[in-house]
Amino acid sequence: MMTKVELETFVEGTTHYFETAANQPASVGSPYIVQDGKPTVQEFTGVISIAGKRRGIVYFTASRPMLTVMLMRMGETELTQENMCDLVGEVANTISGNARRDFGKDFMISVPQVVAGEPEKVAPPDNMRSFVIPINWRSHSAQLVVCLE
Amino acid sequence: MASATAQAQPHLAGKLKLMICDDSNIIRRKIERELKIDRLQVISTASNGRLAVEAFKKEPADVVTMDITMPEMDGIECVEKLVALKPDVLILIISALSDKSTAIEALKRGANGFLCKPFTDRQLTEAIAELLRGAQS
Repeated sequence: MMTKVELETFVEGTTHYFETAANQPASVGSPYIVQDGKPTVQEFTGVISIAGKRRGIVYFTASRPMLTVMLMRMGETELTQENMCDLVGEVANTISGNARRDFGKDFMISVPQVVAGEPEKVAPPDNMRSFVIPINWRSHSAQLVVCLE
Repeated sequence: MASATAQAQPHLAGKLKLMICDDSNIIRRKIERELKIDRLQVISTASNGRLAVEAFKKEPADVVTMDITMPEMDGIECVEKLVALKPDVLILIISALSDKSTAIEALKRGANGFLCKPFTDRQLTEAIAELLRGAQS
């Protein structure tokens, strides 16, 4: 069973990114569990795979409008598909870095993979429930999805 | 996509030459924007360690910002190669790998400082200023 502390590490990694890189804190919405079926996948998704003490995936998924505003807040003028992929990859990278720091060698964490516009490629393992944590920033909402056994 | 740029800048007398190595385009561009200060001139950018070594061989930099997790050649291996080419190069690791063992490993291989991602503009300029102060003392 995933612990509250483990979940908080992933959430903290995500909110820290907004506060530091986009210069504006995000708020965390009410988490919910997806027991059957597939959790939300938006247009751009950064995915990390986890093995070892826990097995599964963690991903951050966001819309183009949200990423556009984030890039602008970061001073970026090239609002391209490549840069939006980069951005979700960097958020996932930060989540991954936090997890490595907090969990140590118990968790083997992959390099982030970015999926753009192909939600079927984001595949949580079968028969596992997913925790979905809404990440609200300005008028936008992204999701952090934690699917670990 | 892997990329590297290098331009000869023979007119840069007195300025320190900066190379930026990170597989993220937005991070390379952010660092470039923030570090366009009087004492630094960006001479090259690279999206992985292998391309960084190639660019460095063509024109060695005085200061390097270096990511760790990159395709083809990671930042730790790249640091070792750059230091072998130019022992007095100043290298600031900029990485999301915030665990102590990664920082220690990078410093052992020859890096001079460590900045965790994500970072604010101020944290970046302060980390570079500290790197340069350390070189002077």
